[in-house]
Amino acid sequence: MAVYKRPELIADAPSGYCPGCLHSLATKLVAEAIEELGQADNALNVISVGCSALNILYWSGDFLSVAHGRAPAAATGIKRTNPERLVFAYQGDGDLAAIGLAEIMSAANRGENFTVVFANNQTYGMTGGQMAPTTLIGQKTTTTVYGRDPQTTGYPMKMCELISTLEAPVYVARFALNSPKGVNDARKGLKKAFRLQMEGKGFTFIELLTNCPTNWKMTPLQTLEYMNTNTIPYFKPGVYKDKEAQA
Amino acid sequence: MGEKRFMKGNEAIAEAAVRAGCRFFAGYPITPQNEIPEYLSRRLPEVGGAYVQGESEVASVNMVYGAAAMGTRSMTSSSGPGISLKAEGISYLAAAMLPAVIVNISRGGPGLGSIQPAQSDYLQATKALGHGGFHAMVFAPNSAQEAADIMYAAWDYAERDRNPVLVLMDGCLGNIMEAVDLPPMREIKPEDAPEWSLSRRNGRDYQGNITPIYTEPILEGINAMAGEMYKAWEEDDVKVEEFMVEDAEYIIVAYGIASRVSKEAVLNLREKGFKVGLIRPITLYPFPKKSIRNLDYDRVKGIIDIEMTIPAQMREDIELQVMGRCPVYEYGRSGGCLLDDDGVYDAIYEIITGGDR
Repeated sequence: MAVYKRPELIADAPSGYCPGCLHSLATKLVAEAIEELGQADNALNVISVGCSALNILYWSGDFLSVAHGRAPAAATGIKRTNPERLVFAYQGDGDLAAIGLAEIMSAANRGENFTVVFANNQTYGMTGGQMAPTTLIGQKTTTTVYGRDPQTTGYPMKMCELISTLEAPVYVARFALNSPKGVNDARKGLKKAFRLQMEGKGFTFIELLTNCPTNWKMTPLQTLEYMNTNTIPYFKPGVYKDKEAQA
Repeated sequence: MGEKRFMKGNEAIAEAAVRAGCRFFAGYPITPQNEIPEYLSRRLPEVGGAYVQGESEVASVNMVYGAAAMGTRSMTSSSGPGISLKAEGISYLAAAMLPAVIVNISRGGPGLGSIQPAQSDYLQATKALGHGGFHAMVFAPNSAQEAADIMYAAWDYAERDRNPVLVLMDGCLGNIMEAVDLPPMREIKPEDAPEWSLSRRNGRDYQGNITPIYTEPILEGINAMAGEMYKAWEEDDVKVEEFMVEDAEYIIVAYGIASRVSKEAVLNLREKGFKVGLIRPITLYPFPKKSIRNLDYDRVKGIIDIEMTIPAQMREDIELQVMGRCPVYEYGRSGGCLLDDDGVYDAIYEIITGGDR
């Protein structure tokens, strides 16, 4: 009989995430996938900068907190010297798709045998809601108060699409956490990514579409609907690369 | 000792690192230090280590950050422009209290500067290797042999202090070939991973975490602990060579390549009857303050700072110890133009015979 409980990798402490934020759900899914694979003691969480850094307060397993955008580089140093560990980086969109673009693309291109979990909420949440590389066209932020204008700021970066053009990655997939189906798919995707890593198959990338009620200036329910009508049509969920399925 | 080999300074650094137990290197190509990553790219796999050519200096130093967190002896190397890029990661290493060794084979600056040797990174090395007000021990070897000896000991300091160590050597010394007596191979077993590290090969069965971010009172305490550590370095870890200083009326202060040219000048001037001596800092941080502060200023008529950079960068550290008790002069070449025997001899001769510089 399945027992619904708090994952052991998540500390029994009040959440520092804002009410309705999907970050805490994303962290929980990661923890559950690792525990289901029996890797709780072996996992090493490379914690990035941004709201993702709140993991420092909750993650009960081994972790290394690193500089903004550099998680894939630090993870490279960890995994190359300790290949037996389950290593994953947990990064937000500013961290991964702006300041850390060189690090994520290069780690993916080298086929580093670790997993990157990418929480995409289309904003810099920790610093107060500035435009992110993934902010949607027309979306209002504190640095695009009339909405993101592609004439001056370009277009939202599609990281799964970019990374899936590389030869080395073995599994690249995007899931939206605003529906039970999306959550179930994400759970399976995370587990598959971690399993592939432990089988030594290579680089795996899981993008999780999340929200930011505080900085989107919406109620949690409104953010879930906004994701249906705006986020998901642009960042289409799905499996972008799966070498195992192709084989 | 182990075996004697004829090798470049850069190669001596790389081989001595391996023998010291270094098992991870990440770096990015930049002249004049390329022999270090090239050597380690083939040498590290032979001893079960890992070499990664990073996509940038920024990424490389953060790879070292990750490897060091696992308790693996790790290093990166670069030259001035790349050390500037590594400043972020070096600051994070200091914040997270991670031991690692950073090598700067220095060249002309600022900016892209020149690819020729210079000693233009003294201030960066000793005063601000990155943001946030931290220091690393800075070693400045003046031969391939000394570079090898310093690399062999570098991780002992880094691990003792849980702090990065910088080895600063100019491109001249990196590229000249000399005979080097190599130290024996030191075996470090995976199960020897330090208790504070994130390794589990040492049998650790409880949570490990390392961060470069702290709550305010804890950070203040960590800052204060670092301050105590820097003071302890000044008492315990200063390395300096004093050459013909006992009766000297003029003292040259020079490190690295400048000290070798200066020593030649001292010998030649002594032959002519001039009482000249040399103080050579081997640690630039901690600076050998006492060697200069405790000179007999009834005898010493002047201190001459000779560096391969213009303006001289070590001068303020010297003046703080001289405290106005005698004049301080400087002579240098810069921008990748090299110091030579005649230039240094003439400059010192001019100063001690009444000229002004």
